[in-house]
Amino acid sequence: MSYIQGETGDWEIVIGLEVHAQVISNAKLFSGAATAFGAEPNSQVSFVDAAFPGMLPVINERCIEQAVRTGLGLKAQINLHSVFDRKNYFYADLPQGYQISQYLQPIVGKGEIVLDLPDGSSRTVGVTRLHLEQDAGKSLHDQHPAKTYIDLNRSGVALMEIVSEPDMRTAEEAGAYVRKLRSILRYLGTCDGNMEEGSMRCDVNVSVRKPGAPFGTRCEIKNVNSIRFVMQAIEYEARRQIEIIEEGGKIDQETRLWDTTKFVTRSMRSKEEAHDYRYFPDPDLLPLELDAAWVEDIKRTLPELPDDKKARFIAEYKLSPYDANVLVSEKARADFFEAVAKGRDPKLAANWVTGELFGYLNKAGKEIEESPVSAENLGGLIDLIADNTISGRIAKEVFEAMFETGEKPADIVEKKGLRQVTDTGAIEASIDSVLAANADKVAEFRSGKDKLFGFFVGQVMKATQGKANPALVNEILMTKLKG
Amino acid sequence: MTGLTHLTMAAALDGLAKKEFTAVELTEAHVKAVETIRPLNAFITETPEQALAMAKASDARRAKGEAGPMEGLPIAVKDLFCTKGVPTTAASHILDGFKPEYESTVTSNLWRDGAVMLGKVNLDEFAMGSANITSHHGNVISPWSPGEVGNWSRQLVPGGSSGGSAAAVAARAALGATGTDTGGSIRQPAAFTGIVGIKPTYGRCSRWGVVAFASSLDQAGPMTRTVEDAAIMLRSMCGFDPKDSTSVDMAVPDFRAALTGDIRGLKVGIPKEYRVEGMPAEIAAIWDQGIEWLKQAGAEPVEISLPHTKYALATYYIVAPAEASSNLARYDGLRYGLRVEGASLKDMYENTRGAGFGKEVRRRILIGTYVLSAGYYDAYYNKARQVRTRIKWDFDEAFKTCDVILTPTAPSTAFAIGEKMDDPIQMYLNDVFTVPASLAGLPGMSVPAGVGSDGLPLGLQLLGRPFDEETILRVGQVIEKAAAVTATPPFMA
Repeated sequence: MSYIQGETGDWEIVIGLEVHAQVISNAKLFSGAATAFGAEPNSQVSFVDAAFPGMLPVINERCIEQAVRTGLGLKAQINLHSVFDRKNYFYADLPQGYQISQYLQPIVGKGEIVLDLPDGSSRTVGVTRLHLEQDAGKSLHDQHPAKTYIDLNRSGVALMEIVSEPDMRTAEEAGAYVRKLRSILRYLGTCDGNMEEGSMRCDVNVSVRKPGAPFGTRCEIKNVNSIRFVMQAIEYEARRQIEIIEEGGKIDQETRLWDTTKFVTRSMRSKEEAHDYRYFPDPDLLPLELDAAWVEDIKRTLPELPDDKKARFIAEYKLSPYDANVLVSEKARADFFEAVAKGRDPKLAANWVTGELFGYLNKAGKEIEESPVSAENLGGLIDLIADNTISGRIAKEVFEAMFETGEKPADIVEKKGLRQVTDTGAIEASIDSVLAANADKVAEFRSGKDKLFGFFVGQVMKATQGKANPALVNEILMTKLKG
Repeated sequence: MTGLTHLTMAAALDGLAKKEFTAVELTEAHVKAVETIRPLNAFITETPEQALAMAKASDARRAKGEAGPMEGLPIAVKDLFCTKGVPTTAASHILDGFKPEYESTVTSNLWRDGAVMLGKVNLDEFAMGSANITSHHGNVISPWSPGEVGNWSRQLVPGGSSGGSAAAVAARAALGATGTDTGGSIRQPAAFTGIVGIKPTYGRCSRWGVVAFASSLDQAGPMTRTVEDAAIMLRSMCGFDPKDSTSVDMAVPDFRAALTGDIRGLKVGIPKEYRVEGMPAEIAAIWDQGIEWLKQAGAEPVEISLPHTKYALATYYIVAPAEASSNLARYDGLRYGLRVEGASLKDMYENTRGAGFGKEVRRRILIGTYVLSAGYYDAYYNKARQVRTRIKWDFDEAFKTCDVILTPTAPSTAFAIGEKMDDPIQMYLNDVFTVPASLAGLPGMSVPAGVGSDGLPLGLQLLGRPFDEETILRVGQVIEKAAAVTATPPFMA
C-alpha cells in the first residue's frame, strides 16, 4: 500500500471513476443522425436530436449491441431487462430538457477490470455497472461577446457510462484503470477511446481516510479529459482534502472541476446546489428486453481480449509479463508482434518490437499504425540475422535506414554493402594486419592481460566496417592470439 | 350545395363514387361552413387553399380509379398534430410561429387515404383541460349554446380538450376531425356535443408528430357524427409506426365490417363503482336506458366490480402531470416558438416559459415537478404507478366475465363557461368515467344516447378489451340506432 504522508500520519486515497465512453456507431442512440467527429456545427442533427414537438426516440439496436459487447468484455452481468429513464434538467445544449439515461435498471451490472501495474503486478478493480445514455450538445461561449452558440451534432450520440467501485488507492492505479479500460474498449471496437476528441471522459471521485478508517466524504471532479489530468487531479485533490482535515476542517461533498491551466481543482457546485434530476422511466420507450440467445451470439464474436492475450503470449511465446503487457496494451501492437514472430524466434521478435521499433516510434511521435517499418520487413530483418547475412549490430544500422526509408532490409543491405563477411580468409587477413599493427598489445595480452581481447575484436570490426561475422572473429582471433 | 355538409362520411363516399358531386364541391361547401362557424372559435388556422388543392388532387385520383378509403372527405385536424408547412400551436402562446417541417404519422395516413384538410382546430392548451377554455387562442363555444349566434344566452363549453374538433363536427363544418385523448379528451367533448368519439387502444395510433402531453396516455382517435364514420376514419388513422416505440405491430381490421348489429349473447359489464355519489338522476337514467337497449338487442348485462376506480382520478392527476412536466421542458425559447429574452439563460427560460404557458399548463407542470421530486417520488409518482397497475388488473379481471363495459361518458351535460371554473378539482371530476380506461390503455368510445332535461346531449361510454375496438363499435352502433337521437345543435353551418 502506498500512503500519502500528512502532518498527522499516513493517509490513504480512495478513488472511484465514472468513465463516459462514446459508442462507435454510425447513428445516434435514438435517432438516425450521423455521429462523425468534426462535422460542420449542427449538420448532424435530426428533429429528434433537436427535440422538436412530437418527435419520439427509437432505440438504435447497434448501440445496444455495443453496450452488451462491452459488458461481456468486462466479464459483467448482462441484464436482459433494463429501463431507460429521463434525467430532467434545464440546459441550453440539452434540447429535450432531459437526458435519456438508465438509472435503477442499467443494461450491464457488476464486472471487473484487471489493472497491470508498472511493477508487473496485477490488481482487480470492480465495475459497478455500465449504462447507456444520450450525450448533450456543445455550448460555444467564445464565438460572440454576449451570446452562446449551440452545436447539437453531439446531442443524442450514445454514451456508455462505466462506473467503477471505489477500489483504487493511488493516482497510478486510476491511470492504469483508464488505460486498461480504453484498451479493452478498443479491442472490442465499441469506443475509439480518443480522449482528445472527447470520446472518452472521466468523472473522478476522490476521498481520503486514515488507513483502515471508514470512507471519507468524497468530491467528484467532473469531465477530466486525459489520463495525465486524471492522475494530476487526484494528487492535487487528495492533498487538498488532507490539508483541510488536518487543519481541523471537514470536506464538503461537492462537484469540482480540474483547471487545466492552473493545475488545481475548483468548486463547481455544492451538495445543496445539486440538481434534483427527477428520474422516471421514459414513457416514450418500452423497457428493453434482450434475448439470451442474442447475447450468446455476441459473446461468440468477442475478440481475444488483453488479459487472455497476455496469458497466451507468456505461455506460447515465453515472454516476460512485462513484455507481454507492453505488447497487448494495444491490439495493433499485439497484432504487429504476432506477425513478426510468426515462424521466428519470438523472444527476438519481442525484443525488436518493444526495443528498436517502439523506441523509434516514440521518438517520432508515431502510432504503430503509422510505422514506416512493416511487420513483414521487420521479420525480414530478423531473418537476415538468423541466416548470418548480417550481424545484430549491423541490423540496427539497417533498421535505422528502414525506419527512414521504409525500404526492405535486403535492399538496404545490398545497397549499402552491409552483407556480413564470413570468408575466413578475409577475416584472417584483417586480424593479421590488426595484430601486426599492435604488436605491443599482443605481447601484453600474451603476458596475461586478457581484457585486451575486446580491444582486438573492436579493431577487427572497425577494419571490416562491422561486417565481419562476430563469432568467426572471436574464434580466429583467439586461436591467433594464443598461437 | 349546403346539404353536403350535413352528410355522413359514408354517404359522402357514396355520393362521390356515384359522381353526384366532386371532392372539390364537397370541400368548397365545407370551406364555406368553416367560415360560417367562426363565431364558435373552433378553428385556429383555416387552410382553404390547401383544402381545395387536396380536393382537386383527390378528384384526379378518383378519376384514375385510385380512390382511397377516405377519398375526398374534408376533415379538421386538432392543432396538436404537426402538419408540414402549416402552423401548429397546441393552442399555446409558446409555440408562436412554429411551422413543422414534418407531418404527423396519423395525418399522413389520413392524407394517404384521400382525406382533405380544412384546417387546424382549437383545443385546451397542450390538451390540458376539459372545457376548451385554456387555449391561448380563446375558448371554443359549443354550437349547442342557446340564444342568438354571437349573443348566446348561455355560452356552453364543447368539452375538452378536443373542443374545436367536437364543435366543428357537431356544427357541420367538417365530416370528422382528429382528436387526442389522454384522460377523456375525445370522449367527453363527443358526449357534450352529441357526436361519436373513439379513443383506440394505446398503441393503435402512432404518437409520432403529435405534440406530447402525457406520453403513456396520449392516443389519437376520430370524432365523427356516426359510429360508421368513426369506423371509417379510425381504420385510416391506425397502423404500426416504427417511429413510435409504443406503437403496436398489429394488422388493422376493417372496422366497418364489424358493424353487424348482432350483439346477441354478448356480456355487457356494468361496473357498480361507477354509480358515484351524487350522480345526476338523468345520467343514471340514460345509463339504465342504455342497458335496456342492449338487453333488447340480445345482450346480457352483468354486474362487474372495478374496485380501484375511486383512486383513478388521483392516479391520473399524478401520472399525467409528471410526464407533462418533463415533456414540456423542451419549450425553452431556444430553438422554435416564443422567446422572451433575459439577461441570463435562466432569465430567458423564466421569461419565456412564464409568458408562453397559460395558468393551467403551469399548474400541471408544477404538480408534475413536485410529484417527481426527491422525497415525494415514492409517495406520489411511484404509488400512482402501482395503483395504475391495480386499475389495469381490475379491468383484466372484469373482462373475464364480460365482453364490453357500459358506463356514462361524463357526469353531466355540457356546462356554461364560467361554471366549475374556480375549483380545478371540480373541473377534473369531468374525467371520472373516462380516466380509468386511459390508465389501463383500453379502447373507449362515447356514443350519443339522448338529451338531458336541458336539451343537451348525453353520451354513453363503451370500453373494450385491448385491441377490441370492433366490439365497442358494434355495440355502439346498436345504441346509436336504438337511441335515434334527432336533436341537432341550434347553430349549424
